[in-house]
Amino acid sequence: MHDKQVRRRRAVLALLVGVSLILLTAYFGESPNSPLHTVQRGIVEVLSPVQEGASTVLKPVRDVAGWFSGTLNATSQRNQLRKEVQSLQAQLALAKSAEIQNAQLTNEVGLDDSIGISSYKAVGAYLIARDPTLWYQTIEVDKGSDDGVALQDPVVGDGALVGKVTTVDPTVSIVTLITDHSYAVTAEVLDASGDTGLLVPAVGNPNQLLLQNLQPPSPGQAGPTPGQLVVTAGFTSGALDSLYPPGIPIGRVSNANQNELLNNGQVQVAPSADLRHLDAVQILTRPHAGTERAQLP
Amino acid sequence: MSKLRLPLRLAVLAFATVVIQQAAVSQISIFGVSADLTPLVVMSVGLLAGSLPGAIMGFGTGLLVDTVLVQTLGVTSLLYIVIGYWSGRLREVRDPAHALVPLAVGAAATAVAGIGMTLIQFLLGVDAPVSFLLAQQIFVTVLVNTLLALPVYALVRRVIQPALPDDPRRRRRRAYTTGGLSPLQSPSQRLGPISRAPR
Repeated sequence: MHDKQVRRRRAVLALLVGVSLILLTAYFGESPNSPLHTVQRGIVEVLSPVQEGASTVLKPVRDVAGWFSGTLNATSQRNQLRKEVQSLQAQLALAKSAEIQNAQLTNEVGLDDSIGISSYKAVGAYLIARDPTLWYQTIEVDKGSDDGVALQDPVVGDGALVGKVTTVDPTVSIVTLITDHSYAVTAEVLDASGDTGLLVPAVGNPNQLLLQNLQPPSPGQAGPTPGQLVVTAGFTSGALDSLYPPGIPIGRVSNANQNELLNNGQVQVAPSADLRHLDAVQILTRPHAGTERAQLP
Repeated sequence: MSKLRLPLRLAVLAFATVVIQQAAVSQISIFGVSADLTPLVVMSVGLLAGSLPGAIMGFGTGLLVDTVLVQTLGVTSLLYIVIGYWSGRLREVRDPAHALVPLAVGAAATAVAGIGMTLIQFLLGVDAPVSFLLAQQIFVTVLVNTLLALPVYALVRRVIQPALPDDPRRRRRRAYTTGGLSPLQSPSQRLGPISRAPR
């Protein structure tokens, strides 16, 4: 009797482990349109109303926890924000004059502004689920293809780029955050020389990004320095399937070690958005017809 | 119908845990990390119901987590099978009775989940440096989950205990604690003074 129980237990265990390994292998080697992925998306679609409901019901609990967390950090944040306001006021004055000048010159030259951020429509979406681990940096939002959302649409929140849409269903979408290991976007440092490179996450560290493939500064030039704003350069890396509007803030240069810049052509960037405390985001949607204009730097 | 009571309760428990985890708990930051209730629930089921229900609960919960988060299917299942089975074997082989056992097993389960996920990701070829922050995050998550292990265990016990078959060891333990069958007591102590009828 005991032997039979032991055999049964081991058989069930082996079966469960076997099924897990088969699923893992099959899923890992499949394309996003394969049956397993389709079934998975179908289940997500079915479960999304439940998650939306749970998210709404449990919002007070999240708010209370957020209030305690926010209160503890309020003083240090206030001091930091005061410094930032002073710095930004000076930058705003310069930016306003540059904006006026830019508008005048654009009119004179007749530049095409169809890829600018103004051509995108922002769709507001609430977060209904998120992945707690460091490995998959994804969030689920309550807007999908019914609202005009499409694959690869950029997503902004907290005043900066937070990620892109990687799975779309009629009523929900999965957004891969900029700190996910699969993410890469071309970005530009707003300095005198407009250094452009490829921004990738420092995987395992959600507070840090790496701007790579930068040109070493020429003699006499300073190169990127800490505090400078980093924005999207206007196109993605890899598959040329989407255009990012240029000029979306991503973060600020947090560490620009000269040796690192000269030898590896990279600087560290701190994301501007607080990715762990997002409640709502905006998905920038637009007609995805003009992919032929995408180009690598 | 009585045979289905435990599987039904486990299915509802797994579903509710994953929904609450994703919709609320994972969005609350404690010391910079989010608590993860799912390994704690799987561990509790293993400790209360045994290795087989623990492993099945681990597989189901892991599959649900991977599905809801649109992750690689099978990764979390594999880890949670280990947690559920190991917790159940601990109960079957050692039968620990100390009240703080869920605390230690909860910490171990969370550590297994964190380190196991790291190892599987490396095996799958995710290009990631072993950062100090990653180790720190796993450590803090273990601490936070350890604090939550006892309440989660108590809640899971409350949900599934009515559906558990009466365990002879549990009955014996209950009898010991109430003085019913303690070998340290003589039968006269257990039964009280014998009243004799006057001659």
